[in-house]
Amino acid sequence: MSTTTIDPAARRVPPLGGLNTTVLRIELRRMLRNRRTVIFTLVFPAALFFAFGSGPDWDRSVGHGNVAAYVMASMALYGAALTAASGGAMVAMERALGWSRQLRLTPLSPTAYILMKALLALVLGAVAITVVNLAGLVQGKPAMPTHVWLGCAVLTLVCTMVFAALGVFVGYLVPGENAMQVLGPGLALFSFLGNVFIPIDQGSTMWHIASLTPMFGVAEVSRAPLTGDLPWYAVLNAVVWLALFVAGAAWRMSKDTARV
Amino acid sequence: MTSPRVPAIRLGDLTKSFGDVHAVRGIDLRIEQGEIVAFLGPNGAGKTTTIDLLLGLSQPTAGSVEVLGHTPRQAIARGLVSAVMQTGGLLKDLTVRETVEYTASLFADTQPVDAVLAHAGITGLADRRVGKCSGGEQQRLRFAMALLSDPALLLLDEPTTGMDVEGRRAFWAAIRRDAEQGRTVLFATHYLEEADQYADRIVLMRKGRIVADGTGSQIKALAAGRTVRATLDDPDHRALARLDGVDSVEVRGDTVLLHARDTDAVARYLLTQTGARDLEITARGIEEAFLTLTGDADHADTDTPTPEGALA
Repeated sequence: MSTTTIDPAARRVPPLGGLNTTVLRIELRRMLRNRRTVIFTLVFPAALFFAFGSGPDWDRSVGHGNVAAYVMASMALYGAALTAASGGAMVAMERALGWSRQLRLTPLSPTAYILMKALLALVLGAVAITVVNLAGLVQGKPAMPTHVWLGCAVLTLVCTMVFAALGVFVGYLVPGENAMQVLGPGLALFSFLGNVFIPIDQGSTMWHIASLTPMFGVAEVSRAPLTGDLPWYAVLNAVVWLALFVAGAAWRMSKDTARV
Repeated sequence: MTSPRVPAIRLGDLTKSFGDVHAVRGIDLRIEQGEIVAFLGPNGAGKTTTIDLLLGLSQPTAGSVEVLGHTPRQAIARGLVSAVMQTGGLLKDLTVRETVEYTASLFADTQPVDAVLAHAGITGLADRRVGKCSGGEQQRLRFAMALLSDPALLLLDEPTTGMDVEGRRAFWAAIRRDAEQGRTVLFATHYLEEADQYADRIVLMRKGRIVADGTGSQIKALAAGRTVRATLDDPDHRALARLDGVDSVEVRGDTVLLHARDTDAVARYLLTQTGARDLEITARGIEEAFLTLTGDADHADTDTPTPEGALA
């Protein structure tokens, strides 16, 4: 290399704590190269939509749309939650591999790193939502006004942050590549309880239990533009679970940093 | 070494404790730019902790760390310091080129990715997944990453662990070439030979303190010396320990073992001033001598004259 004398005063600090598009591009390519990620987060939710969204009563009216639209919004949430959670779990895996320590030897600031992971989770969540919505468009059964359609998609994207935090948290509790083996079935269970796959009779004992689980609130919130109904307990559920997961992730992360 | 440039490293009364464990107990150190310095000491001497402090990976309990006139974090943000890790630190699902591109994109100024790949001899591996590379290839990749920002200071923790003799020689030849161009290199090792062969200066650490600091031959002279063994009734431990040039005294029944630099004087004393008999003088192996300097021998710190600060 063409080193002569190194002048410490001539060196610059990168903007944005080192955050840049090259890193985002490589990270995105890396996620999409993982066959398991692609199948479970992009193909699987779309397939579920085709299965559940074509039931005999698909055209029954729900709020401002129909049942197929309701199922589509639900599956988009499920897919986005899975992608965001697997993205979050990667943070813990990267710690275990020593990659985070390697990154600390570069100008990338810890804040920029978390911001980058959050952005990635959002981008991948958006991809998952888009795939399910495109599946809906192609199939042609979901019906709702365009602004409702968009509203659901955007709210779903916001709600995925809950699961990005959950992913980080679980990634620390269950180290290595096993995190997704816990998150996959776990999120499926929460989705059943959260009214995402099959509607639960409102007011039943089951419903009361379900209303306390983490997928319940975000599901109601993300479908609110369609149903035209946003119960206070759903918002409370979403906010409380987000706070719990973020606190859990932050707690495990601070523990981990102390050991570096 | 009398250059007016800012020192590569300046540590002031640096202390690091983990609860009751005092890993670094107040060290002062100044390393000029362009020096190749070895941190020598047994495991647990505080070498790795000191390197972590230099990299800003942990915060000092007390004292100051300055790297090229900056805090460690500022120095890293400017690409002035880098380090090569021994294991891990790589993503298996990225290709070699992606890994280098990724790292390069984080710095404000870097060498061109292709030039770095070529310099590290891994151009042919560029499109291979990191997970499919051999240990040696991964090590070359880590070096490529460390040299991307053209750092003024390179920190290496036990860099040649697991390398064969040939690999070790090639590695140090490359480091030498780099240092000639003005790069400062600080490496930790527990091999006296490696430190002696490749460093301009050796900083000897023991139990969190710097016990000696000098060139290889100075350290070796310090570590050299011989052992006098004699039979002596009622040996006066304290009086023997106070003798000039005695490093340590060991009493086993009526046998005394004295490690000393000037064994002639010790022998003369024993034969003329005491009733010592069966005198035997043996040379001490360099490794054994090194262990005496750095080891956690039976004697307490205060009891024995140590070469502390002897050359500092």
